[in-house]
Parts: sequence; structure tokens; C-alpha cells
Amino acid sequence: MKSFSYTITDPVGIHARPAGLLVKAVKEFAGSTITIAKGDKSVNALKLMGLMQMGIKQGDAVTVSVEGGDEDAVCAAMEAFFKANL
Amino acid sequence: MITIQGKGVSTGVAVGPLYFYRRADLTIRRTEVADKEAEWARFKAAQAKAIEQLGELAEKARAEAGDEAAMLFETHQMMAEDLDYEEAIENGIKGEGINAEAVVSETGEQFAAMFSAMDDAYMQARSADVKDVSGRIVSILLGAVQGGIDSPVPVVLAADDLAPSETVQLDKSKILGFVTSYGSGSSHTAILARTMGIPAIIGVGDQVKPEYEGREVIVDGGTGEVVVDPDDATRQALLAKREQLLKRQALLEQLKGKPNVTKDGQTVRVYCNIGNPEDVHTVLENDGGGVGLFRSEFLYLECDDYPTEDYQFEAYKKVLSDMGDKEVVIRTLDIGADKQIDYFNLPKEENPAMGNRALRICLNRPEIFRTQLRALYRASAYGHLCIMFPMVTSVWEVKEAKKMCEQVKKELTAEGIPFAEDVQLGIMIETPAAAVMSDRLAKEVDFFSCGTNDLTQYTLACDRQNNDLGRFFNPHHPSVLRLLKMVADNAHKNGIWVGICGELGADLELTETFLSIGIDELSVSPRAVLPLRQKIRETDVRQCREKLVNDLLSDQTQI
Repeated sequence: MKSFSYTITDPVGIHARPAGLLVKAVKEFAGSTITIAKGDKSVNALKLMGLMQMGIKQGDAVTVSVEGGDEDAVCAAMEAFFKANL
Repeated sequence: MITIQGKGVSTGVAVGPLYFYRRADLTIRRTEVADKEAEWARFKAAQAKAIEQLGELAEKARAEAGDEAAMLFETHQMMAEDLDYEEAIENGIKGEGINAEAVVSETGEQFAAMFSAMDDAYMQARSADVKDVSGRIVSILLGAVQGGIDSPVPVVLAADDLAPSETVQLDKSKILGFVTSYGSGSSHTAILARTMGIPAIIGVGDQVKPEYEGREVIVDGGTGEVVVDPDDATRQALLAKREQLLKRQALLEQLKGKPNVTKDGQTVRVYCNIGNPEDVHTVLENDGGGVGLFRSEFLYLECDDYPTEDYQFEAYKKVLSDMGDKEVVIRTLDIGADKQIDYFNLPKEENPAMGNRALRICLNRPEIFRTQLRALYRASAYGHLCIMFPMVTSVWEVKEAKKMCEQVKKELTAEGIPFAEDVQLGIMIETPAAAVMSDRLAKEVDFFSCGTNDLTQYTLACDRQNNDLGRFFNPHHPSVLRLLKMVADNAHKNGIWVGICGELGADLELTETFLSIGIDELSVSPRAVLPLRQKIRETDVRQCREKLVNDLLSDQTQI
């Protein structure tokens, strides 16, 4: 399993629109399970409503983990996605 | 005749039969099913259909209102195929053997409740989206046609409030106007009505009764009035108003996007005066070229204590980003005189118009000024900002204000906060002293804007709030016009631009005079933009300049 930490900089946090973009991005990596964790809560990043209900806001630190598939490549791609969109 | 008062959120007048929005009968009966697999397949088919419908709606919204509107339906699509949502439905159908309609409806309620319980207003509002999505799948399962208008003639549509998916599906050719019981100025109904240019009135509660269906109504989106069974006089008055509005609309269509240029090729910028960030849409609707005067006082008037830097920053940022690359002149705090604010604790004055007001307060209480300037410079990164100081009489005041701007810029640089380097600084010319000293003041600033209301009152020594002065109060007095010419000449000699942001700017009797003395910008209320543009386009300055300037300076003019 590979993971990285990220602090949300988007002023609206993971609202509906960014959550939708995230789910779209995660769908590209069907061979990996991608999980977003904040504190003791975590959610499969394919789950739009679950993600929204995490209530992730600007300044929140999250951990993104990748399991299965080409973990190094997927992890790098997810990190790039977070930096560009969140 | 029955008159009902609501809140107008989209202007216009419409007349037609009242019609209540028909929702499909969505009575759901909870039953047990024998063939669970078949029921699950029925759900999957309905879900696929819903996703297909939402895709069509997204494309329709994109064409009508852009990507942002389309994203709403794309989010709905994702909700419809959300894994947790689907799993909960699967459990209900395959596990408990309940019919799909009941399971979808109950699951929708559960997910909506989870959003409602969140401590974030935005997320709470998403519960409506989940319900909307579930409602769509349920209506497909029930085989219901999406609700709508079943009328051969166009109608005034009444509803409690309309969901986004409902407004998009409406047959627009059948709607003359909207009346809703609830909703807000930013609800989907209001936005749709403004886009369509038809009247909408919200918040009528239960005053519009079902028995009014089919009766004649007139709605006035400007005043928020709904008249059921109007009498002849009311009908005539409102229809006349409708004619006027339509003429205006025609003028708008005809002049929209056209330059403010005279027959002989002189151009003048026509900007708008506003007092609130929400006014920006009326500027854009009326095709204003920018904001020539944004009165920042409202921020102070609507608060019970000094507004914070962040609070002000958000308001300025909104106006600047909404206006895009168009110029926005924000006037720093102008209170005192006729605008008093309790928490400023200003001592009572015998003659407040000549007292402690505007820039004078700011220079005496630099901590208030500094907060505003910091908010303004921070916001400058989001648009095209010009800052304007009101109530100037001396060069030293301008120097002191500019020094504070420099200091604020230094602070922001040190803190690593971005701001625009090209913010123009200007002053109001509203005292005779500033007009007379405009040759010196022009060397200190990037622009002048003449506040003719105060300039007239100070020049003529006529209190503008005193209605008894009659013939002594003459806004066309040559003394004022001569001062304006002097200010314009001094501005141009020093290579800066000059505008007028007082009421005189919209006075069509003076447009030729202003063009003759070379005013570069006229800032008027949004509704005055197009009539002024029309006047400018009909004017030939070559033919009137000499005569008007001579009249202005002549010793023969009747005064």
C-alpha cells in the first residue's frame, strides 16, 4: 500500500463539484482501491456521497492511500490531481 | 379584483390565465415482491433511464446557462449511481424483498437526512439534490410523465417552488411569468425567469389560492404585485407599463454591445453607480461598461460594529470578480453629513454637510481607513480596481491618503499577500476648493470624478435636502458648469481622465455640454445607461461644441 498526506487548499473544501471530479478521476484506476482518510474516518474515493459527508474543508489534512494495481504510478497521479484541484 | 403582494425577483409585466404547476401523482405503496431479481432489474433499468435523462438535462443546461449549471445535473448523475446509495437499495430489494419505489424513496430520505444533519449550510442544502434524484427514479418506476403544463395557451405559472430539474424541463413557450409561494431571489425559478426576461414573484405564501386557477392575473415583477381579476383601470395602467418595458427591452436589444460614440466619432465611457454587490447584475443587464462609483458605505451601514477586513475583502472581491476585466471604481468610506452610523460615535454637528465626514474621518482615524485600504488592495488581485477618495479640499489630504496606500502595499508585500500593481487612485471633485485647485490635484492622482450633487450644493450654497429653495437651486447654473470645464481642462493638461458620477451625468439636457468640454466618463444609475447611449449616438459634437463652450463662458448668458 502506498499513501501520501495532503492539506486541502481549495476554499470550498471537498464540496459536490470537487467531489464529483475526484470520483471521475478515481474511476480511471479500476485496478486500485483508493481511500481518503481524515482523522479516524475514511471512505472509498469512488463513493461520491460518502466523500461529501466527510465534510472535508480547507485546511483539513487528509491521507490518501492506494492499494493494488500499479501503486506507485496511481499514487503519483492522485497526488498530482489533489495538487491541481483540491 | 384581488391584489396580492409578494417579492419581485425578475422584472417585467405579464398578463394571462393563472395555472398551477402539475406534479405527477407519486403516491408510493410499500409492498413485498415475489421475484426479487426481477425487481432489482426493474430498478437498474429505472436508474439507467434517470442517468440518461440527467445527461440530457446537463446538455440542455450547458447550452442555456453554461458549464456551472450543467455540473449540477452531472452531480445528480453521480448521486444516482453512487455505490453506497445503490448498495442500500440493493439490500432493500434483494435482502428484504421490498418493491423498488418504496426502497428508493426511503433510501433517498435516509441520505437526505444525513446531509441535513451536517454542520455546513452548503452540505445541508444538498439534501434537496438527493431527494430530487430519488424522486426522478421513483417517477420513472411509477411510469409517470414528468410534471408540467398541460394548457393550450401560455400561462402565468403558480407553484410552491420549483426544483432545478423541474425548471429545466418546463415548456418555456407556455410561460408568461412565475408566481411561487416560497423560494428566494437566488432560487432556480428566479434565475430562470431573469434569463428568460419574464416576470417572477416569490414569497406569496398561501395568498394565491387554488380556486384562482384559470382566472386572469397580471403580475408585475418590478413591484412584486399579483392582481387577480384586475379591473379596467388597473389592467390599462399595467398594460401601459408593459408597453414601456417592452420598448425599453427593444432599445436594449438594439443598443446592447454598441459603442458610446457620437456621430463625429468621439467616445465616452458610460459606467454605473451602485451601492451593493448585488447590483452588479443590473450593471451587466444594462450593458454598463464598468462601475464608476461603488459606494462602500453599505458595508458599514449594514453592520452593528466596524466591518472587519475579511468581511470587506469578500464584498469587494465579489464585485471585482463579477465585473471581470471591467473597471470598478470603489469610493472609500463616505459617511457623515446625511449618513450617520451609531458605532462611529460622531459628535453631533450644527452643520454636518460641512463637518467631519468622508476622507476627513478617515484621515483622523487611520485605523478605520487602513482596514478598508487593506481589504481593497487584497481584492485588487481579483479584477480591475480603481480607488477613489471623497470630499477632498487640499493637496495635503491626497498626499496623506496616498501615503497610507503605500504603507498598506508594503505590509501586504511583506506578508506575501498578492495585489494588483496597477490600481488607479483618484479623487472626487465635489468641493469648489477641489475644482479650483484641480490643476495641482491632477498632478497627484490618476483620475477625477465629479460629484455634482455636492459640488452644486456647495457652489450655490443651497442645501440639497431643503425643498424650499426653488428657483435658487439650479443644477444647470453656469458656475457649476464652468467649474466642470475647468476641472476637465486641468485633467487633460495633466494627462489624466475625468468623469462625472453625480446625478447630472444622466441629465440628457447636458450630454452635449459634457461631450463638448471633453468629459471622458459618465457614471449613472444602471437604468440610465441605454437612454444615455442613445443620446450620445445621436449627438454631433462638431456642430455644438463652439456654441456651448461660448455660452458657458459668455457674459451674456441669462443666470
